[in-house]
Amino acid sequence: MQGERHLEPQKCSVPLAVEVVSLLRQFGSVVALSGVSLEIRKGEFFSLLGPSGCGKTTLLRVIAGLDLPDGGLIRISGRDAAEIPAHRRPVNTVFQSYALFPHLTVSDNIAFGLRMKKIAAAEIVDRVQRVLALMQITELATRKPAQLSGGQKQRVALARALVNEPEVLLLDEPLGALDLQLRRQLQVELHQLQRKLGITFIMVTHDQEEALVMSDRIAVMNGGKIEQLGSAREIYERPRTRFVAQFIGQCNLFKADVRPANNGDILARTELGEFSVSNVSKDPTRPGSFMAIRPEKIQLLGGATCGMKNSFAARIEGFTYCGAETRYRLLAGQQTVNVVVMNREASAVFQPGETVQCLLPAEHLILLDA
Amino acid sequence: MPEKRQMHLGQQLTRAGRWSRAGITSGPAALWLGIFLALPLAAILAISFLTRGEYGGVELPFTFDSYKRLAGFGELGFDSLYPVVLGRSLALGMATAVLCLAAALPLAFFIARLSEKYKGAALTLVVIPFWTNLLIRTYAWQILFSPNRWLTVAAHSLGIGTAGEALYPGTLAVLTGMVCDFLPFMVLPLYASVEKMDWTLAEAAADLGADRWRVFRHALLPQIWPGLGAGFILVFLPATGQFVIPDLLGGAKTAMLGNVIQQQFASSRDWPFGSAIAAVALLLVLVGLAIFQRKGSKHEVLP
Repeated sequence: MQGERHLEPQKCSVPLAVEVVSLLRQFGSVVALSGVSLEIRKGEFFSLLGPSGCGKTTLLRVIAGLDLPDGGLIRISGRDAAEIPAHRRPVNTVFQSYALFPHLTVSDNIAFGLRMKKIAAAEIVDRVQRVLALMQITELATRKPAQLSGGQKQRVALARALVNEPEVLLLDEPLGALDLQLRRQLQVELHQLQRKLGITFIMVTHDQEEALVMSDRIAVMNGGKIEQLGSAREIYERPRTRFVAQFIGQCNLFKADVRPANNGDILARTELGEFSVSNVSKDPTRPGSFMAIRPEKIQLLGGATCGMKNSFAARIEGFTYCGAETRYRLLAGQQTVNVVVMNREASAVFQPGETVQCLLPAEHLILLDA
Repeated sequence: MPEKRQMHLGQQLTRAGRWSRAGITSGPAALWLGIFLALPLAAILAISFLTRGEYGGVELPFTFDSYKRLAGFGELGFDSLYPVVLGRSLALGMATAVLCLAAALPLAFFIARLSEKYKGAALTLVVIPFWTNLLIRTYAWQILFSPNRWLTVAAHSLGIGTAGEALYPGTLAVLTGMVCDFLPFMVLPLYASVEKMDWTLAEAAADLGADRWRVFRHALLPQIWPGLGAGFILVFLPATGQFVIPDLLGGAKTAMLGNVIQQQFASSRDWPFGSAIAAVALLLVLVGLAIFQRKGSKHEVLP
């Protein structure tokens, strides 16, 4: 089993909130989780990011105990979770649909978990008051869920989970049902809240921006597996697979033959010429067959500047003005290239039909497997 | 033309317009209920305070005699017959409703969890007994409960009844017949609410620390409460007035509300007394329903 290595005692000194070892989950013939292993540190904001059907929600539900794995191991704060039923796990969930009890007021919804734990009435009132104040929803206390807006329901759902002071808070697409404006605002709030409380957050999202903005670390999932795990910056700047490069942000891909150069760099031969790639993370002998670069890393140079290293000529096909930046669509040979340029000037710099030089800085080039 | 009409539909109706539309849509039903429900009820209430006529009709003066008699204080001193009949009927209605609920609740959950393909078939099976006449079904129970029939033998082997004797007439036979007759009225409304249940609420409750029973109590029960209430009313009301099944399976020795009322209007020709029984039965049922509804809408409120 691939999990063997993980079963050894922990050498790492960072305490783990959740440890998942070669988790398997199948629904009939559909494999939702095929041997997922990951470690989530105490106090971090961790995101599971991927397209729908990638297994991220299943993983969250298995951690919550709402679904049982077909194989593998989960430890929550070092304890084997297999023996802990959902209602006794030290985790709480914010559901995508919020799942507020419609017959209970906001206060009673929030008090629900404490009542189930048979906490003294006076303490319940006190803790509910505090979490209402924390979420700034004190004035909603006596309302029923039907009388709340989407954003308010979201806060109540968060409050209902947080009042239990869980070791891990699980969030299933917490901002999915809200409009863009509110989502942006709550992204920041949620992030600050997590910092303030120091509770481990595990969030499921299909929204890459949300994951990048909020998370300490992100696991990008695809087809029941983790494609890449790392910080937002690592995932965006150094994607390791084609899937990650294209799922997160935009990416220009070029077919390439790769060989080492004399100066320790790597040379990638493409249809548009040879490019030297400097910042190759590790494993330089790995045969990358694609060269990639983010649209905003490409520099456009006007006029005749032939013969520059790491560049090629391309014709501007069209552009979209987006306020802060302009998105150019270029054609170089058969290849479409997308370039994003910040609008530092008030007027358009390049016009359709113009031929420009595209400069691809060596440190921003990425090599990917097929 | 069609465009103009749509515009008109979307416009705010005038006050008169609203009334005339309400009249068109709800008028016939209101008229029907007025003539055939409200008026007769008022008549029954009025008659119950009148005096029985010499030859069966009703005449003045107004009196509370019928109600006194119903409470047990008749001309011949205290007699517990009528309060007992009333209590017995209400108890039978209640027992039937509770047993139906106990049987229907798991069944409704079971059917709601079936795949679409089998749901229709299962619901048809629930309704199929309706296609047979009530009398025939009840006589069928007499046969099944006869001595030495397989059902009777099986019951005897479980220690129910006395070996060699029939299971009817008896309370068990009456309740069996009642539950079988009224079960669909409980299953259908319950199924309707279980079907559209939001199961995420059950997950949320479990996530917040509720064990199985409390998940049911706090997350599922509030959702099926309307269906449960409707089913309870649909069973309890007619079961309270039912007298054919108690007659056929209970041995025709015990008077029920239904046949006492029927007697007053037919053989005894005492309309005021019959009306009084009907009015009191209706009142008791309404009080019961009010309590039931109050309980349903009550919920915990934080101080």
